[in-house]
Amino acid sequence: MTLLLLFLEFAKVGLFAVGGGLATIPFLQDMGTRTGWFTNADLTTMIAVSESTPGPMGVNMATYVGFETAGLPGAVLATLGLITPSIAVIIVIAGFLEKFRQSKTVDSVFRGLRPASTALIAAAGLSVALSVFVAVGGVETHTFTLRWPVVILSAVIFLCTQQKKLKKLHPVAFIAIAAVTGAVFQF
Amino acid sequence: MNIYLDLFLTFAKVGVCTFGGGYAMLPILQREVVEKKGWATDEELTDYFAVGQCTPGIIAVNTATFIGYKHKGAPGGILTTLGVVFPSLVIITAIAAFLSNFAGIPLVQHALAGINAAVVALIASSVLKLAKSNLKDAVSGGIFLAGLALALLLKLSPVILIVCAGVIGWVVYGLIQKGGEGK
Repeated sequence: MTLLLLFLEFAKVGLFAVGGGLATIPFLQDMGTRTGWFTNADLTTMIAVSESTPGPMGVNMATYVGFETAGLPGAVLATLGLITPSIAVIIVIAGFLEKFRQSKTVDSVFRGLRPASTALIAAAGLSVALSVFVAVGGVETHTFTLRWPVVILSAVIFLCTQQKKLKKLHPVAFIAIAAVTGAVFQF
Repeated sequence: MNIYLDLFLTFAKVGVCTFGGGYAMLPILQREVVEKKGWATDEELTDYFAVGQCTPGIIAVNTATFIGYKHKGAPGGILTTLGVVFPSLVIITAIAAFLSNFAGIPLVQHALAGINAAVVALIASSVLKLAKSNLKDAVSGGIFLAGLALALLLKLSPVILIVCAGVIGWVVYGLIQKGGEGK
């Protein structure tokens, strides 16, 4: 029964959360309060783990909540619940777009969408940069300090990705090098 | 290799290489799906992100379904999505079972700060690539700048931004320029 509930609860999250993984958090808070499956403190731990492990954050959160609630079967069903609405909705939309791909109207709409989509990705990148580059001091002092080592490492990696030879490196190679650098120099 | 297996494994690889939200997936998608496999173009990726942000579900899952569907219909869409979530299932289950204080380990925190530095740089490089293929005339440049300002300063909902940009595109490229090529 818990398994079915997990699937349905996460299908609801998948249906109503629109955007990135962070968009799922309010839904999860609400779920924890209603079902008693986990507390807000548990949720904080789960967010931290989901952010620091491979895999899209929203998916990680679903797997984690499912596992904590009902073990491995719970993890599988919560994750399947999260993705089921997306699969259904996107297949319908993708089918529709496929059909109208030749249409001049659809083409002109997408020519307008693309720069806006690029802007949204740039904005998301900038807000990630802000949260990674700036350390907020004590709650009372409200001091902001720039985390120079992180900024420098990021700048160096960016320059490398613009280099003719180095840009052939797989993105994950940069991630691995950065992880080691962070660990060795204690970022 | 069987194409369905290839779709699943490629997206499992994308899942393993993604640290953070759906946006962190973009650099990996450009490498694996656009450059290596040729399953989508940079323009199509931008389209999927645009639609994925306005439709139910998290962007990472929506984008995976889109690419799989485009390539091999509904079975393709299901397999890429299962592929992208598979590593999460394995890794998170292992961590939840054995290492519940994982995020509190100092070594993990230091490594993660480094990883985040790389993710920011990789997203920046992805945005540059997308900008090259998507910002070709004054109108698209204007939409980009206005969108960036509205998203950052006014925190305007992505759904509103995407819908407005679609309408502008329809009016400018569809009605005024009659679908012809931009300047």
